Amino acid sequence: MASQISQDTIIRIEGVSKKFGRLQAVDNVSMEIKRGEFFALVGPSGCGKTTLLRLLAGFETPDAGRILIEGRDMTGVTANHRPVNMLFQSYAIFPHMNVETNVSYGLKIARRPRDEIMARTEEALGLVKLSGYEKSHPDELSGGQRQRVALARALVMRPAVLLLDEPLSALDAKLREAMQLEMVHLQKTVGITFLIVTHDQSEALSMAGRIAVMHQGSVRQIAPPGELYEAPNCRFVADFIGKINLFEGTARPADQPGRVRVHTEKLGILELQGDAEGSVTLAVRPEKIIISHEPGGLEGQISLHGTVMDIAYFGGHSKLFIDIGAGQPLMAEITNSNRNGGPRVAPGDRVRCGWRAVDTLLLTE
Amino acid sequence: MRFPGTPIGPLDYHRRLPLRLILISSLIFLYLPILTLVAFSFNDSRRNIVWHGFTLKYYQKAFADSELMLAFGNSLSIALFSTLISTVLGTMAGYLLWRFRFGGKTALEGTLAMPIVIPEICMGVAMMAFVARIGWPQDLPWPLNLSAITAAHIAFCFPFAAIVIRARMESFNRQLAEAARDLGATEFQTFRDVVAPHMKPGIVAGALLGFTLSLDDFVITFFTSGPNSITFPVKIYSMVRFSVTPEVNAASTILIILTVALTAIALRIQRRYPIAGV
Ligand SMILES: Nc1ncnc2c1ncn2[C@@H]1O[C@H](COP(=O)(O)OP(=O)(O)O)[C@@H](O)[C@H]1O
Ligand SMILES: [Mg+2]
Repeated sequence: MASQISQDTIIRIEGVSKKFGRLQAVDNVSMEIKRGEFFALVGPSGCGKTTLLRLLAGFETPDAGRILIEGRDMTGVTANHRPVNMLFQSYAIFPHMNVETNVSYGLKIARRPRDEIMARTEEALGLVKLSGYEKSHPDELSGGQRQRVALARALVMRPAVLLLDEPLSALDAKLREAMQLEMVHLQKTVGITFLIVTHDQSEALSMAGRIAVMHQGSVRQIAPPGELYEAPNCRFVADFIGKINLFEGTARPADQPGRVRVHTEKLGILELQGDAEGSVTLAVRPEKIIISHEPGGLEGQISLHGTVMDIAYFGGHSKLFIDIGAGQPLMAEITNSNRNGGPRVAPGDRVRCGWRAVDTLLLTE
Repeated sequence: MRFPGTPIGPLDYHRRLPLRLILISSLIFLYLPILTLVAFSFNDSRRNIVWHGFTLKYYQKAFADSELMLAFGNSLSIALFSTLISTVLGTMAGYLLWRFRFGGKTALEGTLAMPIVIPEICMGVAMMAFVARIGWPQDLPWPLNLSAITAAHIAFCFPFAAIVIRARMESFNRQLAEAARDLGATEFQTFRDVVAPHMKPGIVAGALLGFTLSLDDFVITFFTSGPNSITFPVKIYSMVRFSVTPEVNAASTILIILTVALTAIALRIQRRYPIAGV
């Protein structure tokens, strides 16, 4: 097997499982992470993200499967001998050491020469913009600064992969957004592979080059952000990543090959590209829906009529909640592109909601 | 009694008369005997009844009493050795209980507290029986003549150290130890560089606690001490059997000062390190 691993695979997870008592925290996960990649692991709280990260770092041992880092089997390799470093959720800055001693700790343990320790520590502190804070004590630093110390402490080791567990969750919204950009920039600068864990799908979308979506211990889809958003492979991913409208239905093969006829209560019978039979879900993203006051549909469009219930204003765009009969209201998004124009909609308006048939997702799982 | 100013609030317990009386009488019963003892150690009279003027001569007498001083030396040596060993054992037990999950851990934690809850008199009798049963040699040269007492003191001091250190570890952020491991530290380096610094106030407090407990222990020591291994409290007891002389007062005052000083240091050290689990 080892010979088949391509040169640019840095982490290879092969059928890894981990149980805590009767709880299957990680369930037969397999994936590959490429060298230099910014990879995100995303999923709801408790889906096993941290556990998977801890398995990689060597703080947990898998019940089944194995992990290869840089082609080396990590089975039996303890945390202190693995070529990865972790940024802990609590930052875990050593409270009795100053910034400099914190950052240089790993190099001292590795018995690097003095000059090298000094130079690399200085460089790492520069990277995270903490030059001048060498002698500061951790309790004099803000949350954001402590995180930078933790980041420098890991980066100074020049790990093959940097593992980051919810690194931004403790920061306030404004700082978080700034740090997201900075992390992406930093990753490009140092060229180290980043594996970031987050429960915030928008964070993953904005930062990562590739994303794995986890649910109840298993990986549901691995794809770049755009593909994950526009072509989710299951109902869970569609619902977890971004906002979406879902319609339950049943599918039968259509007369033409490669097409299916889907019957849903709300949308009637539709013919779509795809291949499915039995119960399916149709999905459409809110921004794909075009709102208009004129009745009547266009060719190749799916049309619904409804009453605007609520409008949530977000500045650049607004979200409409439209009552289309029974069940969940339809979510639609309109861009407020003109200061004075645009589709003037008000709660209570009867509107037509249309979208192109090709924007409809057919989900079988 | 009338209080000027604001009316008594629901939580102003200290301003209510019955509670004031309870507080004052507790203070009197707790501290008056001690204050009397200290005061009369400076009294220029052989009888502890009337104040006759200030003197230090009983301190001189106490220091000149070679038996008393020998007992004092014994007590200090025993306290030093038993503190040293029980602190090391307590640190190891505290670390073990924090670090590992193993079968019978709860049982072990329970057993650890046994010497604390078992009545001291029972511990004393048990120790005496044990020492006699295994035929622990009695007339060894100094300091080996103190070995039986020291062993007994370790047995009851070590659980205190272990419990204090175990409690201290509750506030330790496990991710700190993992971070050290992650940065390449071995188990020992992690203990030395990250765990021990957090434990330190617990270790110091445990040691001082053990030292004071050992220094003023009477019951257990009484049962394990032989004629050539008299400790300070045991010696005072034998002096008091004849009469409470000012020398006894002076000697006791010294013991009080020593214990209070050590306790104060322990408290200070604990205050200097709050829960600090950044
Ligand atoms: N050491 C542990 N012992 C028992 N259960 C654990 C342990 N660590 C995690 N779990 C459980 O495993 C599941 C996955 O946890 P985790 O990996 O932390 O999820 P996430 O990071 O995605 O929120 C959770 O249900 C959690 O309670
Ligand atoms: Mg987590």
